[in-house]
Amino acid sequence: MLNRTAENVARATPEPLARKVRGISDKGLAWLFISPTILLLLAINIFPLFWAIYLSFTNFRANRPNEVVKNLGFANYQRILGDQDIWIAMQTTAHFVFWTILLQTLIGFTLAWLIDRKFRGHAFWTTLILVPMMLSPAVVGNFWRFLYEPQIGLFSYVISFVSGIPPTSIQMLSNVSLAPWSIIIVDTWMWTPYVMLICLAGLRSIPEYIYEAAEVDRASNWRQFWSITLPMALPFIMLAVLFRGIENFKMFDMVNLLTGGGPGSTTEVASITLKRQAFESWRTGYSSAFAIILFVAVFGLANIYVKALNKVKQR
Amino acid sequence: MSLTTAHSVVAPSASSKRIAGAIIIAYALISIVPLLWIFATSFKTPPDSIAYPPKIVFQPSIEGYCNLFTTRTRQTPEYINSLGPATGFCDETVRKRNMVIAGPSNFLPRFINSLVIAFGSTFCAVFLGTLSAYGFSRFKVPLADDLLFFILSTRFMPPIAVAIPIYLMYRELGLSDTALGMILLYTAVNVSLAVWLLKGFIDEIPREYEEAAMIDGYTRLQAFWRTVLPQATTGIAATAIFCLIFAWNEYAFAALLTSGTAQTAPPFIPTIIGEGGQDWPAVAAGTTIFLVPILVFTILLRKQLLRGITFGAVRK
Repeated sequence: MLNRTAENVARATPEPLARKVRGISDKGLAWLFISPTILLLLAINIFPLFWAIYLSFTNFRANRPNEVVKNLGFANYQRILGDQDIWIAMQTTAHFVFWTILLQTLIGFTLAWLIDRKFRGHAFWTTLILVPMMLSPAVVGNFWRFLYEPQIGLFSYVISFVSGIPPTSIQMLSNVSLAPWSIIIVDTWMWTPYVMLICLAGLRSIPEYIYEAAEVDRASNWRQFWSITLPMALPFIMLAVLFRGIENFKMFDMVNLLTGGGPGSTTEVASITLKRQAFESWRTGYSSAFAIILFVAVFGLANIYVKALNKVKQR
Repeated sequence: MSLTTAHSVVAPSASSKRIAGAIIIAYALISIVPLLWIFATSFKTPPDSIAYPPKIVFQPSIEGYCNLFTTRTRQTPEYINSLGPATGFCDETVRKRNMVIAGPSNFLPRFINSLVIAFGSTFCAVFLGTLSAYGFSRFKVPLADDLLFFILSTRFMPPIAVAIPIYLMYRELGLSDTALGMILLYTAVNVSLAVWLLKGFIDEIPREYEEAAMIDGYTRLQAFWRTVLPQATTGIAATAIFCLIFAWNEYAFAALLTSGTAQTAPPFIPTIIGEGGQDWPAVAAGTTIFLVPILVFTILLRKQLLRGITFGAVRK
């Protein structure tokens, strides 16, 4: 690597009659390099955001563009905060986020802790475990519908085989009490490796000598785990939790394909409600207001995330 | 490393290693079953795919792949007999079900859309991201932290919330259901990842190389081109693969903003239906073809994975 660099530097050394012209100043170059990205984000992210803020104060409907647009003030926001369906959607989202994070953190950390034992072939099996999280949640979520089919679906078959419940009565997607768990299972299957990978980095960042010192002090394994392993891996676990929290708060693709929010609205998470309001009922103004509320909530989480990220980096 | 800790008092014992290994292998095998099932289903005939109990041993068939790439119409046996000999395996299989191939399905154009949009947006995002990352890494940019946070925060917007105004904007601009519109959108989403990842990679390249080149008379731009870029190749490649995977897997924007000509594979695959419901072998075949590139990339990326999924926050 150093040799290659040296060669590059040598190649970069100009002929004796080098141009004296320095070209653009550093400051100019900095803006030349950064501004295209900023402009693109302004055009594709920020301008639409301001448009959505404007729409959120109106009764605009995207399927009736020629109708006169009325300014409603904060009426949309008031209606959302008093809307029973929105609160149910927020509860559904909270239930989904809580259980997926809890399961993924517990299983993910346990897996990382076991992999950290460095048994033979651990690298291969780790890579294999990581595969589900790289796949498209939409395409794989769609296939889980097949696995969940009563009787013919592999998942239902295995559950009925193990538990003895008749296979026709395992209706993961159409049973009101099972449907919320069907999306939690798929999400946990897909994203536990994500938490595992981050926890593994945390465990590997703990220096060996700390354990050696604890061993000299005759600290029990139990004590070592609670006083060394867990506290030192905690910033990493937090990072994983925040990432998963933000992602699952916005969850749309997997749920949309697996249950579409059904049966009824038992799995209707916030993004699904938003889509139904915006692209099925075409209440553009109303759904824009809901989108803004969601965005503010996620932005709050993002702020916490960046602070946690800096903490991890400072270690 | 294992050598230096071989006599360490804290090395895990052989039996604890064995137990850990057994649990991990069991988890890996169970978690991979749904993927193996997709692969197996893609080689089943439609009746085999919905058999009870689910068939683990079956006669492999490529009927799913035939159905994936074609559309078929039901015909009377007399009509089918009046046709000439079957022209290929797919033709023959389809005729056995009293159907004839009516034409190609939409899968191939949708798959090509996925390729064009994923590669196009990845190229743009990595191009813009490399320039910005270099800018943030090497120059004193006023409000750099705020700008970087702004770039990252665009990633935290719920896709549906962004899709509402984008839908209206694209309708005004004539970008609805066009590959260009999707490339622009995915570039905007991916550029935040690209900037954050590449800034990390470029930060790791010592400034001394460029400074040496500049003392020798090169301009900043030439120094960037000749010394920084060649050093950052690994980082750029890893970033490109992460952008590619995101654009390839993306569903929410594609489902809401495209409907025909620019539709990508993820919203298309769930719509593959046969007679009397979803044609699961064809869906499995489409899913298999769609997932294989990602599997290859995951294996290529395994060393950079951690960095990519945490926006460069955790580096090993």
